[in-house]
Amino acid sequence: MSFVDSKSRWVSTSAVHLILVVAALYSLLPLVWLVTSSTKSLGDFSTTGAFEFGEWNLWANVKALFAQENGIFWHWLLNSVLYAGGGAVLGALICAACGYAIAKTSFPGRRLLFALTLTGVLVPTTVLALPMYLLAAELRVVDTFWAVFIPLLTNPFGVYLARVYADASVPDEVLEAARVDGAGQLRTFFTVALPMMRPGVVTVLLFQFIGIWNNFFLPLVLLTDPKLFPVSLGLFQWSTRQTQFPQYTPLVITGSLLAVLPLVVAFLVLNQQWRKGLAAGSVK
Amino acid sequence: MSVLAPERAPAQEQPSVETSTGTRRKDFAGAVLAVPFAVLLVGTVLVPVAYTLYLSLFTERLRGLGFSGPEHVFVWLGNYLKVIADSAFHASLGNVALFALIHIPSMLIGALVLALLLDSAVVRLKQVWSLAVFVPYAVPVVIGGLIWAYLYSPTIGPIKNLLGVDPLSDTALLPSIANIATWQWVGYNMIIFYTALQAVPKEIVEAARADGAGGLRTAWSIKIPVIRPTIFVAAVFTVIGSLQVFTEPMVLKSFTGTVTSTWSPSMYVYEAAFVAGDNGRAAAASVLIAVICAVLSAVVMRFSTRRSAR
Repeated sequence: MSFVDSKSRWVSTSAVHLILVVAALYSLLPLVWLVTSSTKSLGDFSTTGAFEFGEWNLWANVKALFAQENGIFWHWLLNSVLYAGGGAVLGALICAACGYAIAKTSFPGRRLLFALTLTGVLVPTTVLALPMYLLAAELRVVDTFWAVFIPLLTNPFGVYLARVYADASVPDEVLEAARVDGAGQLRTFFTVALPMMRPGVVTVLLFQFIGIWNNFFLPLVLLTDPKLFPVSLGLFQWSTRQTQFPQYTPLVITGSLLAVLPLVVAFLVLNQQWRKGLAAGSVK
Repeated sequence: MSVLAPERAPAQEQPSVETSTGTRRKDFAGAVLAVPFAVLLVGTVLVPVAYTLYLSLFTERLRGLGFSGPEHVFVWLGNYLKVIADSAFHASLGNVALFALIHIPSMLIGALVLALLLDSAVVRLKQVWSLAVFVPYAVPVVIGGLIWAYLYSPTIGPIKNLLGVDPLSDTALLPSIANIATWQWVGYNMIIFYTALQAVPKEIVEAARADGAGGLRTAWSIKIPVIRPTIFVAAVFTVIGSLQVFTEPMVLKSFTGTVTSTWSPSMYVYEAAFVAGDNGRAAAASVLIAVICAVLSAVVMRFSTRRSAR
């Protein structure tokens, strides 16, 4: 590069960084707004700027949030943790077992199972919600924990990923060695293959956690008892009342902050893991 | 497991005759591992899909004075014709078509530009920028929708004053909904593109630079062609997602009257099934949405293979 270039280089470098600053602000300002707004009482919304702090009512808002409807917000947080946490751990294990079985064993019908799994990836949630509701009604499990929990365990894309991971990370020689040592197939899976697939399984787990945490249609359709709601459905229900009852506004905003905070923290902590997982998913 | 383990001993003594007993046991264990997912797949995907197809061919009708309760009547493709002729369904398709027209290019181009910028040599603090843009992906869709709904709201949010336009008005609604989805997904796709860009051979980029190609030129003629398959896969997922958009308009609905209860096709299904109680019509509409999704993704994929074949 010659010296003449250095000025234009400086200009383009600042232009590039300017675009990145704008993109970062676009992404982060709504969350900054969420933080500042959760410090406000209802009256402060009209008297303070959107990104200014209010008279520091955060504590009062949090107290009101947890007091509302006999502390139902606790239920919602707990339910979300159970649906998403339990569902992700169990779902990822099921995916790993199936992906491993398809990649490394030769049971009859595994090709058919894999083909159906790939089809399953493409089925829109909209198609499943109504029959799921009617089937749940038939089985008399509408408005139960399991009606939401069990369908959300199904993760065809996770099986696809697990198969890819099993193929890539579990050498046949190791399985053969385990077999020679007298370990059964199931034991081999749990003690030999699963640890080798761990990074991939953790990725499936993270995806499934986000997927379940985000799922809205299914709980909306299957649940009417607020005690069983995950946090997003609960906050959604409160938000539908805010035109008539403005006092719900600070509750919804503070509740949103508390629901988002653990996710964002977990996300920042697990940043590297995410990237690896996304990379694996996108290469295929 | 404990039952299986001792049985392994004979197979171990005579590994040459593995074929009969060994393979069968292998099959059995493999099937055991696959069964939990297979059961879930059948129970929560295949049976519901079949049930939807079945439901879409029937309707409930009251006979006589209706004292005997509704009756299940086979109507061939009657529900499909009803949905296809329904102007509310047309309107919902029109809405998501416009939504997709705004959301898909802005989101994919935004993600691509940001990924290319991050990939360029001049950028400092790459981690910080990518993380900042990626964070909205961690926000649940309902909550992202709520945050933007309040930001849009003329009484609470700043956007109406900043832009001088009511984001929830008839004309601005579509871009407003598209913006929520773009905000949520641009960082995710940026990371996917950025990761794909790492696979572009460094020598080619350096050779182009030595030949005097600038950053823009290198991006356009070398980097983008290399990651084209990734871009098309992202496009397919975004097309499918756009067609099924549900949460964002559903959240905005309680903030403004401009979002109708059948604004998107998914909302149309929800309304038909759970408000109007017309299961046949809801099922037919679901099947139509699934078919449109399948056709559109096939078209995008076909387009992608044709382009890369050239």
